[in-house]
Amino acid sequence: MRDPDQLALTAQARSAIVRDSLAVGLATGTYGVSFGALSVAAGLSVGQTCALSLLMFTGASQFALIGVLAAGGAPLSGALTALLLGTRNTLYGLRLAPLLAWSGWRRAGAAHLLIDESTAMSVTRSSTAAARVGFLTTGLSIFVLWNLATFGGAVAGSAIGDPRTYGLDAAVGGAFLALLWPRLHDVRARIVAVSAAALALGLVPLSPAGVPVLAAGGIALLAGVLWRSGAAESRR
Amino acid sequence: MIWTAVLLAALGCYLLKLGGLSVPPRVLERPVVERVADLIPVALLAALVAVQVVGRGHDLVLDARAAGLVVAVALLLLRAPFLLVVFGAALAAALLRLL
Repeated sequence: MRDPDQLALTAQARSAIVRDSLAVGLATGTYGVSFGALSVAAGLSVGQTCALSLLMFTGASQFALIGVLAAGGAPLSGALTALLLGTRNTLYGLRLAPLLAWSGWRRAGAAHLLIDESTAMSVTRSSTAAARVGFLTTGLSIFVLWNLATFGGAVAGSAIGDPRTYGLDAAVGGAFLALLWPRLHDVRARIVAVSAAALALGLVPLSPAGVPVLAAGGIALLAGVLWRSGAAESRR
Repeated sequence: MIWTAVLLAALGCYLLKLGGLSVPPRVLERPVVERVADLIPVALLAALVAVQVVGRGHDLVLDARAAGLVVAVALLLLRAPFLLVVFGAALAAALLRLL
């Protein structure tokens, strides 16, 4: 393991991390506008939309919940889909815990900021001090911007009338695809993606809305358990 | 009902984050856990794309949303940023419906 505290963080290194993190924060936070608009189009109120961004604060899960509701699914199956997608934050937490080395209320507070981007901007740092700067700068800047942008998008979205006229129903598919895209880095992920999509479509005529997406999660379980060799080792 | 789902899912998502930061890293060393955790977002997002674009109630329908998805794929291949992909998909579908 590393011995983080032996490495002091120079002012120069710190400001470089802050600069990079703010850039990521700005780029990510602003697409809260699309979440806000799509959430209202899916039938949630402005209050519910803002509550999701404030309290859930993990983009893919938020999009998933409103996506299931937009397709006519039961709210609880939307919630379950959001939770399944949220499991990857647990994985990030496991990786970051020894590096960030927070405990008590600091850890409880940091947990709320644990998302894709704050992980990406801290997991590669060589010291605890550097990792904390990357994590907090990215996490806090996204939190502030994401919530402001969500509110703006929700208010604008509720003022424009039938969302289908503006293609907002197609925008949800585009948003999910853009979230999926960077994860399709190896053949195994692509096979899982295609199988999951096919299974979900096969179940659409047969099952209540929301169920096809949850069932597709089973493909990940199956592939992860059965697929021992090859792809898994080549990643290490 | 929507409020219940919003609040329960938000609480659950927070506990999933806190759980990860609190659990000893040994758990992750089991490769099965890591593989499944990596693949779950892939499977769910792919299924969400499919259902969102082709599903309507219990029917499968190819309409302007599919055209939006084609534009989204093209923009992603050109490495366009997230907002542009979302906006492009919406614009394509909206224009097609105007025709």
